[in-house]
Amino acid sequence: MTLLDRYAPVAGEDAISQLRQLGEHLRGRKVVHVNSTRVGGGVAEILAKLVPLKRELGIDATWEVIEGDGDFYTTTKTMHNALQGASSSISKEQLAGYESTNSRNARVLSDKLADADFVFIHDPQPAPLLGLTPGRRGKWVWRCHIDVSRPNRHVWQYLRRFVSDYDASIFSLAAFSQELPHTQYVIPPSIDPLADKNVPLDDPKMQSVCEEFGLDPEREMIVQVSRFDRFKDPVGVIRAYRLAKKFSPGLQLVLAGGGATDDPEGDAVLAETREAAGDDADIHVLVLPPDAHVKINALQRLADVVLQKSTREGFGLTVAEAMWKGKPVIGGDVGGIRLQVVNHHTGFLVSTPEGAAMRIRYLLHHPGILRNMGEKARLLVRNNFLLTRHLREYLTVMVSLLHETGDRIELS
Amino acid sequence: MAAIATGRSAQNLKELRDELHYVDPASVYFHFWGGLLRPEFGDPSYHNDFARWAHDGLHNPALAERLSVIDPTDHDDLEVLRRAVIDVIEDELDRSDAPEWTSRENRFLFIRSQIVIFDTGIIVDEPGGLPAAAASMSRSSVFYHFIDARRRTPRATEDFTTWLTDLHDEEHRELCTELARIDPFYGTLAETKSSLVDVLERFLAKGGAE
Repeated sequence: MTLLDRYAPVAGEDAISQLRQLGEHLRGRKVVHVNSTRVGGGVAEILAKLVPLKRELGIDATWEVIEGDGDFYTTTKTMHNALQGASSSISKEQLAGYESTNSRNARVLSDKLADADFVFIHDPQPAPLLGLTPGRRGKWVWRCHIDVSRPNRHVWQYLRRFVSDYDASIFSLAAFSQELPHTQYVIPPSIDPLADKNVPLDDPKMQSVCEEFGLDPEREMIVQVSRFDRFKDPVGVIRAYRLAKKFSPGLQLVLAGGGATDDPEGDAVLAETREAAGDDADIHVLVLPPDAHVKINALQRLADVVLQKSTREGFGLTVAEAMWKGKPVIGGDVGGIRLQVVNHHTGFLVSTPEGAAMRIRYLLHHPGILRNMGEKARLLVRNNFLLTRHLREYLTVMVSLLHETGDRIELS
Repeated sequence: MAAIATGRSAQNLKELRDELHYVDPASVYFHFWGGLLRPEFGDPSYHNDFARWAHDGLHNPALAERLSVIDPTDHDDLEVLRRAVIDVIEDELDRSDAPEWTSRENRFLFIRSQIVIFDTGIIVDEPGGLPAAAASMSRSSVFYHFIDARRRTPRATEDFTTWLTDLHDEEHRELCTELARIDPFYGTLAETKSSLVDVLERFLAKGGAE
């Protein structure tokens, strides 16, 4: 069975058929994706699946990873935070190091990149490669995975010098787009239904997760999965839980997130969260390693309702993950959560802990509505936020760039 | 349909009117019809993005209602449709002393569409094959043949009526009249498909009306 065939039962035969039809128009084309890490992070996860799928469609797709030292990644991490609005500054020396690292990588990758029909450069780390690839013949696309809706202007203006010469860019939301002299496609991210964090789990696995974390599957449970970050408002979630628990005394709350070893603010927020939780035995603050995909999967499946009560959010793929598991989501009325939570249909959009508490109470006391919302949530993800849709839109961008004929492209 | 950010936005009604004068017609198209390809559940409160924004962004339900009632199928082309939207907005601006503002987070973002059309390989030679073919159509095929067609066919109708009329002239007049009754703007694509299949089956399946 091919990889595409494995997606057919979950994404639908018609979705796979569309991919094959579009793929026919790109057969044999050389496509190179470039990012800065092979393992870890959402971009690597997506590329690990997208590239083999493209190859199955007959596209000559490959994935290259640039290499840099610790200073390079410190610089690009600072750049990443600044592009998301942090007021960090980057020294001239750091920028020189960023550019020289890209020059070294360009020397290694130059022939391959110059020969490609399409080059997808992911995020800011390899952005200067375009200007360092003389004789390039293909179309170059800058794929921005981060929220640049309110960037640090100095850092954005610096990066813009490298990005503006691309043939196109791709942003996850229209609100992230910038003033650029080329076409800016809007392609939301996606989840992989066949990944460990999303596949169905058997009862023994669910039971073992309950035992490991001391959870009672017979009692009601609400779960938020996210980093310990003030914008995710974990303390607000605890407040919502306490308000709802008055009416559902057996209610349990799980706040599960990754470790915060490289993020001083993360440590502080984790400490605040633990303090707010106090000695309530029904609040479980779980710090999980980055590869705890199956445990996160189980926690989302054990939940009656999933929360993502962010006060600011880029996209919030944990929302789609929960919805894929048939859970209604109570989410903050911000950013990409609005695309996923269709108010009163797949969950509720809220602005305060009180609003979240009211919706938790409502759903826990209306199990029929809760189930119905969960079913709609799963359907919405199936139609809009699976990897197959993401791949289709990448193929569409490539076809568009080959034709460049206004707002309608007819393929014969 | 690919969505393309135009980089243009509006935070109040005057800005929306000013931008509307200049945006690409494909943006007017996207904001009237693109919603049908987005997540859909039941009856939406408003039927185009301008009306939704008037309600959600500007908190002006009266304006939202006036914008929502603009039916794109009533207008010959996108320029006439664009003018209709601008007229409603200008009426509203004439009534109010100060334009209503919304936050940057809730600003109206102009997006334009780019449609990529490719052959599905499904061919129907005779009208009798239409019901089964329609039943197997994807949402995007329904959009292309039943909605987008109105923008590109000489009589501004959906592809089924165009094909039946061109090939079989008077023979399927009654069926075409029934197809014309299906209103794609006020339903979801799933509802449109369901109505389409229902009509085609009634008229073309064995023992049907024709």
